[in-house]
Amino acid sequence: MKTNVLIALALVFSTLFVLDSCQTKDELNYARYYTGGKVLYEQHCQNCHNANGEGLGKLIPPLTDTVFLKNNRQLLACIIKHGLKDSIRVNNAIYHEQMPANHQLADMDIAQIITYITNSFGNKQGLYDVSLAGSDLKNCRD
Amino acid sequence: MKFSLPLVVASVLIAGCSSNEKKQLPILGNREPVEKTVDGKTVVDTVYQTIPEFQFLNQDSVSLTDKDFNGKIYVADFFFTSCPSICPVMHRNMLKVFKEFKGNDEVKLLSHTIDSKYDTPSKLKAYAQKLGVYGNQWQFAWGDRDKVYPLAEKNYLVAVNQDKNAPGGYIHQGWFILVDKQKRLRGAYDGTKPDQVDQMIADMHTLLDEYK
Repeated sequence: MKTNVLIALALVFSTLFVLDSCQTKDELNYARYYTGGKVLYEQHCQNCHNANGEGLGKLIPPLTDTVFLKNNRQLLACIIKHGLKDSIRVNNAIYHEQMPANHQLADMDIAQIITYITNSFGNKQGLYDVSLAGSDLKNCRD
Repeated sequence: MKFSLPLVVASVLIAGCSSNEKKQLPILGNREPVEKTVDGKTVVDTVYQTIPEFQFLNQDSVSLTDKDFNGKIYVADFFFTSCPSICPVMHRNMLKVFKEFKGNDEVKLLSHTIDSKYDTPSKLKAYAQKLGVYGNQWQFAWGDRDKVYPLAEKNYLVAVNQDKNAPGGYIHQGWFILVDKQKRLRGAYDGTKPDQVDQMIADMHTLLDEYK
């Protein structure tokens, strides 16, 4: 009797496990971008923007302004790649400091970072893939 | 009633350890024995490394000297405002120290810029304000590299240098150096690591207790 219960439980759990691990192709792709982006964020962005995306005082803007990130999604790749020299208004405050460029980052790196940022710190924009990064980067002003 | 001897010994030892003896921080840096004559007798005293006199300008373009730190314990670090690497992390952590001791007359913070060309006092002022720092408890010091670099390396034991290949043009270490009221070095902490900065805050309370 006891063994029957155990077997039944084991069956239920393994079925759940299999179902759970069956992510769709899109979900898997998103997860790949997101986790890759997290590692790159820690290497290239976190010193200034902090692990929780809150930035630093009025020196470094936060990444928690979901409206800004949504409205300026197509500019993010250029900002990451070429840095920022103009002032920028985020969260109702103006930031004047320069942001350093990251010319060494490939389109794929930038796509992963943007996927991570725009789906963390309260943002939820979904996948930003490498072809989007490529076309956005073609339209950079400099 | 049966007593276990090791248990008794252990409890006595533990009681002995928790006596009123205050925890003290080590004294860091070089030291040398000096012979002195006290009441006609020759005694050997230890002279510890101390921070020498200095004079800089602060964020208000007002003279800032070692005398402004008399009777205070303070934390010193080296940074530059356009630093893209470790400085934001250091000062995010230093802000925590600032908030912990805000208004405490015995505690000061001292950040030296190592980029005297770009970081003029007015730049330092703007930086401090954007960081959310007002008042004179956290001082930002500006001075020639000929004065700042030797002070960093010889006296605070922090390596700083110019390097064209480093991000922002300078390499430097992110140490927070804790200095006591006699200007002796009492601790060095990695200012980029939150757990070490928490340790420093605890050690600063320990150090302040020495003067009670």
